[in-house]
Amino acid sequence: MALSPPVRRLKSRPITFVFEIPTDKLREFWEGLEKGKVYASKCKKCGKLSFPPTADCARCLNKEIEMVDIQGEGEIETFTHIVIRPASFQSQPTYTVTVAKMNSGVTVLAWLTGAKLSDVKVGAKVRLAAVQSPDGPSYGFTLVH
Amino acid sequence: MRKVAIVGVGHSRFGDRRDVNLPELAFEAAKPAFEDANLTSKDVDFLSVGTAGGWYEEFLPAVVVSEYLGLSGKGLVRCEAACASGSAAVATAYNTIASGQNDVAMAVGIEKMTEVDTLTAVELIGRAGYYLWEFHNFGMTFPGYYALHATAHMKKFGTTEEQLAEVAVKNHKYGSMNPYAHLQRAIKIDDVLSSRMVAWPLKLYDCSPISDGAAAIILASEEKAKSLTDSPVWIEAIGTSSDTANISKRSGYTGLEATVIASEKAFKRANVGPDQFDVADVHDCFTIAELLAYEDLGFCERGEGGKMIDEGQTEIGGKIPVNVDGGLKAKGHPIGATGVSMMVGLTRQLRKQAGKTQVPIKNGLALAHNVGGTGHYCYVTVLRS
Repeated sequence: MALSPPVRRLKSRPITFVFEIPTDKLREFWEGLEKGKVYASKCKKCGKLSFPPTADCARCLNKEIEMVDIQGEGEIETFTHIVIRPASFQSQPTYTVTVAKMNSGVTVLAWLTGAKLSDVKVGAKVRLAAVQSPDGPSYGFTLVH
Repeated sequence: MRKVAIVGVGHSRFGDRRDVNLPELAFEAAKPAFEDANLTSKDVDFLSVGTAGGWYEEFLPAVVVSEYLGLSGKGLVRCEAACASGSAAVATAYNTIASGQNDVAMAVGIEKMTEVDTLTAVELIGRAGYYLWEFHNFGMTFPGYYALHATAHMKKFGTTEEQLAEVAVKNHKYGSMNPYAHLQRAIKIDDVLSSRMVAWPLKLYDCSPISDGAAAIILASEEKAKSLTDSPVWIEAIGTSSDTANISKRSGYTGLEATVIASEKAFKRANVGPDQFDVADVHDCFTIAELLAYEDLGFCERGEGGKMIDEGQTEIGGKIPVNVDGGLKAKGHPIGATGVSMMVGLTRQLRKQAGKTQVPIKNGLALAHNVGGTGHYCYVTVLRS
């Protein structure tokens, strides 16, 4: 429904935010990605496995955790191909986001790359690995054929 | 706990509302609510403002709205529960009366989403999950999150893109009869199927629009309500729940657990079942979300949402009319306004003032289901006439 006629507006003063996100408490996780490892956190007291990793255990309130390698294979639970991208992803071509249940027991959300769209299906096998991206260390899936 | 009734409702026109600023838009909803209740700002003890914010210039929107409505000096809070911020504001106002702190309270839901460009809005809503783990590296979008559920539902239950489209067609049909709706036009299945892909399998017409809008209600204690009106609408129960910020930590993708838990709480407290409602507003931010709601709320069996829309059971005259105000899909979804807008529409239904989209009122029961984020928050509210 068109508005009539074009209305008066005032431009606000511009503002730009860049947040500096602390990653010290999960240093081992982020450094692991840089060394090609993908870790989940495991509570040293109750054994709860978490991905994404957490520096503290909400189940038993313990603060002692260790890192467990979760690279390897998993199975696609669901996925989508994102066509309309956010402002800060405009330079990126369309991407596929996949949620996969890993053999290690954790569920991981990440991009699936290098696959033909028609091959991406619920139940398909994927492999998780560390990925170096211009925005920092990350991780992603490829299809297992 | 004291009984609490809705005694006044007001609604702005939803849509591209760059003709007004934030408090002016709030006024469009508050003025008719005051007039409906036959009250003025002097009579109100407390204001809660539901808004997600971030896409308009005001950092303390509640104080700006409160001053503009003449409510400075009264109790005031801003409520944020993402797309359920409006319901959070209603629940907060309700609680201050039920607990005996106040006798009359107003809840305003408001959002102005068109003061930033569309891709910035996509960015901000995309961050409404877990920025660190799902946005920073993976650029999740709000349609993307619901697309994950659509993919899983289609795979598990054989739900089709045509069935998703039927939800949009139904809600646009009713939206075309709602003078406050953003998209007041009927559409056909092919319009949905041929619309631009947003996040496979969801297309543009599977998505609610980016809208501006405001809605307001006035709540009163039982004694006060009975002195004000012959047709109070009672808030029988509010059930709330939440779920993980990380979508990857959910138990599954074919439903929203928060809806199941919140509705069980609300139904138990109100001593009602899902088959007793005369009308329901459910959170159809995307077409798949409406089908998930049918199943999560118990309107049909798990996996039968597609069948329910096929059979027209959620049209007026069906088993339970759903979103006959056009839903978020056609009425529009100004994030913080939505939960309050549901109360306005359902109050008009229970008062039999809903005009062309009036449903038959048999049990005098209505249900509002408002989800925040992708099942991150859920508020289920039971209303009774």
